[in-house]
Amino acid sequence: MKARHKRFGLIAVGLLLLVIAAVLITKSFRSNLVFFFSPTQVEKGEAPKSGSFRIGGLVESGSLKRMPDGLHVQFKITDTAKSIPVQYKGILPDLFKEGKGVVAEGKLNKNGLFEADQVLAKHDENYMPPEAAAALEAAKANKAKGEAQ
Amino acid sequence: MIPEIGQLSLILAFCFAIIQGILPLIGVWKNNATLSNFAVPAARAQFVFIALAFICLGYSFYANDFSVLYVASNSNSHLPLVYRLAAVWGGHEGSMLLWVSILAVWTMAVTMFAKGLPKSFRIRLIAVMGLVSVGFLAFIIFTSNPFERLVPAALDGRDLNPLLQDPGMVFHPPVLYMGYVGFSVAFAFAIAALLDGRLDVTWARWTRPWTTVAWVFLTLGIAFGSEWAYYELGWGGWWFWDAVENASFMPWLIGTALIHSLAVTEKRDAFKVWTVLLSICAFSLSLLGTFLVRSGVLTSVHAFATDPGRGLFILIYLVVVIGGALLLFALRAPTVGLGERFEVVSRESMLLANNVVLAAAASSVLLGTMYPLLMDALGAGKISVGPPYFDAVFVAIMVPGIFLMGLGPLAKWKKTSLPEIGTRLRVAAVISVVSALLVPSVMGKLTLMAAVGVFLGIWVMSTSLILLGNRIKTRQAAVPNLIENLKGIPLAFYAMLLAHIGIGVFILGVTLVKGYESEQDLRMEVNDVAQIGNLEFRFEGAKEVAGPNYLSSQGKFIVTSNNKEVAVLHPEKRFYPVQGAMMTEADIEPGVIKDLYVSLGEPLENGAWSVRIYIKPFVRWIWAGCILMALGGVLAFSDRRYRVVNKKNTKETQDLQEAFES
Repeated sequence: MKARHKRFGLIAVGLLLLVIAAVLITKSFRSNLVFFFSPTQVEKGEAPKSGSFRIGGLVESGSLKRMPDGLHVQFKITDTAKSIPVQYKGILPDLFKEGKGVVAEGKLNKNGLFEADQVLAKHDENYMPPEAAAALEAAKANKAKGEAQ
Repeated sequence: MIPEIGQLSLILAFCFAIIQGILPLIGVWKNNATLSNFAVPAARAQFVFIALAFICLGYSFYANDFSVLYVASNSNSHLPLVYRLAAVWGGHEGSMLLWVSILAVWTMAVTMFAKGLPKSFRIRLIAVMGLVSVGFLAFIIFTSNPFERLVPAALDGRDLNPLLQDPGMVFHPPVLYMGYVGFSVAFAFAIAALLDGRLDVTWARWTRPWTTVAWVFLTLGIAFGSEWAYYELGWGGWWFWDAVENASFMPWLIGTALIHSLAVTEKRDAFKVWTVLLSICAFSLSLLGTFLVRSGVLTSVHAFATDPGRGLFILIYLVVVIGGALLLFALRAPTVGLGERFEVVSRESMLLANNVVLAAAASSVLLGTMYPLLMDALGAGKISVGPPYFDAVFVAIMVPGIFLMGLGPLAKWKKTSLPEIGTRLRVAAVISVVSALLVPSVMGKLTLMAAVGVFLGIWVMSTSLILLGNRIKTRQAAVPNLIENLKGIPLAFYAMLLAHIGIGVFILGVTLVKGYESEQDLRMEVNDVAQIGNLEFRFEGAKEVAGPNYLSSQGKFIVTSNNKEVAVLHPEKRFYPVQGAMMTEADIEPGVIKDLYVSLGEPLENGAWSVRIYIKPFVRWIWAGCILMALGGVLAFSDRRYRVVNKKNTKETQDLQEAFES
């Protein structure tokens, strides 16, 4: 009888721990989801005002400026419809190029400047990060709709 | 001509795989020895033709045959020979061929070394592996043919992705695949056992060495990959929680759980249903990993191909294999029985806790990896799950598990007393707590994270040593000579110690590099000096150097400490003209205590460069820990017990075989 009680007790404790674990996991999961927005969406104010998100598109040609310290850079990400200025401190990835696809993760500051703490431009020259490709697609579709009207 | 021979070999291999997968199963079912006897010869014939196909593709790369589309897309006449050969698995089609070749190697090994098994069981085992192979060969032949011709032939190839032109490319994929695909053997053992209705101690004993070997390869494969990313990607990270890494890590976690649960099944005849489920899950996750990496659903370095047709094929294949296996499991598992009972506090329940922790960890990784893909597929928007999620959740789940690792091996089977274990571990607890306070203080700043990490690392190591001490002491009366005493302890015991100490070394590495690494992004002119701690990095400028298929700006850094030269580092920025790609090649001075890591950013005006300098304390311990774990696996597999048992089995097996045949 005693052993059985012990067993029940242990199972109860185990279940309780599992529930706590599940709650903690979901909480941590929610707070670490990073959403993606296209420059058009950001321009419309759909992106979060505080908190991190991702923005993707092409690096606008001729927009890359290097600050005198050699480490801060500014450039614009465009989906061909709208473009958003981005600032980043650090060394850009090898495949970062004007006119090529890029995804940046960071926050929007009060002046509408996107302060990136991560810039992703992976893979070979023909490759486009899917988020960047999606942003371009959406802009193209919008434009077509605009013209039809 | 050669590519056509390769193509034909693949088709023949496909036919033999069908024979190997279907006829013997019917044979065993209908008790027809003629059909059953097809299993081994068909498997060997399949091996020969797959090997031939593989050699043909390798030859096409060797001979720069750019009339083959796959060669033209992944190689170049200026590519050094060793990378031309590694380029065989540099793209989607060749990777699939590598996958199926390694499956053929494993199947061949089963036909050669799994001799002690009862005949019906062995035949089913080989047949199940044949069925796995059928699906993959069909996938290659119908959607991903590496031998497809390019008309007209290209003058030269488009080159291998420069990221992959590295010694890592030679070792990482084959070793990783040996691990991935190796779990197919455990899977086939589980399916054969379910079909056979034979799930017992001997079954576990047969499965164990195979699973351990696969696990060793997977461990090494992941460690190689991590080290490669560390030096190749140029920002000094060794793990990014990238979906592709997770894809290899999930089978590893489940495989680790499986190894432990198999131990319980073998020793105590318990956990049987669970063990079978883990075998199925480990291989399912391997397949899922292949699917994730190869179908192009991921935004990752590894996703070479983007073709929805292939994705659909793999998806159907996954559903058939995993769904079929789980259905069989659901039908057969209830008849297996629960096995021996055990007390609440016993080694069994400790191992159960280990399994729960590992399964929970794998699930949380699965959630973080699959959720964004699922949302995207459902059109619910693009999201990503950040590394902080994985860091937080994974660590939180593993901490109690690692703590229990110290207690588990001291617990006795069936029933044990916690106070007794506590007494035996007093010393380890003291050592661990003292180190947890001391080491972080010496390294710099005492933080909770560092203290917990060091505590766990030292805890795992010190409890392992105490365990060894105990073992020696109990044997001392019978074997007074220490050397003889140590020699008499079974290899399997040392195997466990080594693997567990490996975990400890790994944890220390992770904790110290996470807590005390330093990073500086700098703009450096020629002869500028960067001071980091007591080290001075002097930049002597960069010069142009030509490689076999690239141009490089090679920087020179002289590292001194108190005016004594410590290292000279030559990081490079390479340009690969064929793909028009820039590549950062970091240079690293490795060390037991710390790595010095320098990589070049971009050229600025007047010969200045943006430069990234890292000091990575104890980072090597991460991979050293993995190697220790793998060595533990090798020892476990070499334990004499398996050989002795196998011989004994042969007698027992012959009896069974006779019973089967009569």
